[in-house]
Amino acid sequence: MTLRKAVLLGASIAAAGLAFASAAQAQNEQFIPGLIYRTGAYAPNGIPFANGVADYYALVNERDGGINGVKILYEECDTGYATDRGVECYERLKNKGPTGAAYVNPLSTGITFALTEKAPIDKIPVISMGYGRSESRDGSVFQWNFPLLGTYWSAADIIMQHIALKEGGFDKLKGKKIVLVYHDSPYGKEPIALLEQRAKMHGFTFTPMPVTHPGVEQKATWLQIRQNRPDYVLLWGWGVMNSTSIKEAAAVGFPRDKMFGVWWSGAEPDVRPAEGGAKGYHSAMLQHGAGQFGVHADLKKFLYDKGKGSAKWDEVGEVLYNRGLVNAMLGVESIRKAQTKFGKKPLTGEQVRWGIENLELSAARLKELGFDGMLQPLKVTCQDHEGTRAGRVQQWDGAKWVVVSDWYQSDDKVLKPMVDAAAKKYADEKKLPVRDCSKES
Amino acid sequence: MLGPFLETLIGGLLTGVLYSLVALGFVLIFKASGVFNFAQGAMVLFAALTIARLSGEIDGKEVHLANFVVAAAILGVAVAFIGWYAWREYVARGAGPGERRKLQMLAAAGALVGGIAAYSYGKGAWPIWLAIAATAAIMGLLAYAIERLVLRHLVNQEGIILFMATLGIAYFLDGFGQTLWGSDIYKINLGLPKDPLFLFEGVFPGGLLVDPGELVAAAIAAGLVVVLAIFFQKTRVGRALRAVADDHAAAQSVGIPLNTIWLIVWTVSGLVALAAGLIWGAKLGVQFSISLIALKALPVLILGGFTSVPGAIVGGLIIGAGEKLSEVFLAPILVKQFDLAGGGIENWFAYMLALVFLLFRPQGLFGERIIERV
Repeated sequence: MTLRKAVLLGASIAAAGLAFASAAQAQNEQFIPGLIYRTGAYAPNGIPFANGVADYYALVNERDGGINGVKILYEECDTGYATDRGVECYERLKNKGPTGAAYVNPLSTGITFALTEKAPIDKIPVISMGYGRSESRDGSVFQWNFPLLGTYWSAADIIMQHIALKEGGFDKLKGKKIVLVYHDSPYGKEPIALLEQRAKMHGFTFTPMPVTHPGVEQKATWLQIRQNRPDYVLLWGWGVMNSTSIKEAAAVGFPRDKMFGVWWSGAEPDVRPAEGGAKGYHSAMLQHGAGQFGVHADLKKFLYDKGKGSAKWDEVGEVLYNRGLVNAMLGVESIRKAQTKFGKKPLTGEQVRWGIENLELSAARLKELGFDGMLQPLKVTCQDHEGTRAGRVQQWDGAKWVVVSDWYQSDDKVLKPMVDAAAKKYADEKKLPVRDCSKES
Repeated sequence: MLGPFLETLIGGLLTGVLYSLVALGFVLIFKASGVFNFAQGAMVLFAALTIARLSGEIDGKEVHLANFVVAAAILGVAVAFIGWYAWREYVARGAGPGERRKLQMLAAAGALVGGIAAYSYGKGAWPIWLAIAATAAIMGLLAYAIERLVLRHLVNQEGIILFMATLGIAYFLDGFGQTLWGSDIYKINLGLPKDPLFLFEGVFPGGLLVDPGELVAAAIAAGLVVVLAIFFQKTRVGRALRAVADDHAAAQSVGIPLNTIWLIVWTVSGLVALAAGLIWGAKLGVQFSISLIALKALPVLILGGFTSVPGAIVGGLIIGAGEKLSEVFLAPILVKQFDLAGGGIENWFAYMLALVFLLFRPQGLFGERIIERV
């Protein structure tokens, strides 16, 4: 045997051994795909979120040795916030790992819309935390969708409640002018239905104003706002559109404290580029805000002190980083819940779906997890895939976000009939079977 | 009614100047080489990222020291090269052999000086003028690399092949720039005034709103146009450029080196990209979307013609004013009339405006009428 052959043989034996070892290890791994974006127009907002998600999974592996011993196998795929690339990522990752994807977080309302059609066929649940179709909270129709923590209708309702409270009641809104500056995409259009409904109920004028992707050219929009002088401007932007809106508001002299963003328009990258111009600007909170809580101490101990964190330590605790943590935690806890029924082993998407639908996080459990102060208790049911409808409002003081309101609950007297009607329409259009949730265990 | 109209018009014109700035980069390269440079937007992003990251404003996200050292070295080499060139041209005209060695030594010395300077400035926070100078040198190097690695091999190929090559350059630069410098939002601080100005408050209720930052930007753009005009009309290189633009083969036959001209023209358009990146970056913050601004230059080019510098300017003004006026005054009427979901017409309206112009002037507003006899 020549030396060359010997080396080749040795190398192939080693490679086979490695492959075998990793296959054996993979048998006890739960695969979770990460549809994120670290490049493209929305990267400044996508990066901190992606870091939060990656860090939480890493923490569970490092600190607890996985979920009840089942290690998390996490793989990112960069969608660039584009729907086509998102679907491609989903197709590529859905069958990975021993049991396929446990669930998918599309991190884009457009991708969520696309995957809503695919999820029931592939039997992979879609967790769209704080985004996606607002009617998808109706679990009897949208069996596979989970817009946990809040939909855009909830967000818009919470903002309207806050404004009404400031004005002295909903009846004081009569004759007021409210403008919605929105990203011209499925995401930006979501709150329109609710705001139109509220406008009808309380007699204020509601004007939606679209801004085209990516939202760097808004001069015309803000000149119109200057000329029409609305009382309030709501902002449904994403990425660079947010900071541009705030800068333009400053440029036309629209008072920043009369501007209310959705929770995707209320993070550090949205206000920092506008510098002094952002002071006073408000946004809704998807429950949590910025800051460090119990879980962050663990992150420091198990990841950052060992140089294993994905972000810089001073970015840990920013709004979108924390949102990534929350998103990953809800997924992990859903898997943990599903394990109580199906066993402590890697689970399929269908099994994890049951876990999400039966997820219940009490105040005590949140404290255990290190998330007290960030979240309120939540309980997902067959009928209610949102789990909770609580939210707060925060304000940028020029250097940091400050919580300026108490907890609000979006008004289900307004929302529920809209959800029911929209979900029924969707079910009729797509000829979907409707589950009877009273018979589900 | 007049107040809002004038206000929108002024805002539109000022935005239009900024569009012209990007369009200018396209025109320069098209004029000299007949290539539609799709990478212009990517060059704007790359230049803006480089300036922003070198000049600091670091939100706890540092840049690798190596980036500074390399940037400074490139600047050093560029300074040495320009010094050597000036010395050869104006002091030691016709100096004998050994020049190449002198050049190499000077370049090495420049690189060393640049490296030391970078190191002594430490991590980040270069003064803005140094960052701009270094970026200018880097854009020059980039132009050299593009000419050497891409264009030179494509001489005599179809225009469409060259265009496709620039498409490749665009994607490469987008990714490369973000890999090198990061893809967060970064700030360029030019110290532009931010508080809005209100003019003629006595005449119009509420006054006419003008963004002073845009006024300054428009002034910079206007200055740049004057400099370019002088460069094209009055200098030797400028004349050579115009000769190449008229006819490649004829220019080559009288001894104008095509490769050098391409290098110069890409460098100049790199510098225009730098100016655009500087201004757009200061206005919007430096991030990926800046490269999409290039798309805003397309209707300007359709309107102004691909070969005319004044065309790019006037086209920019018309598009800027047209799209803002249409969005503010036409969109609400359309929405009401046809029960549309909302406004948002300014993007496609710009193209429509340009196409309508083409109906009457197919060669663009200032483009050369092409008459070919068969």
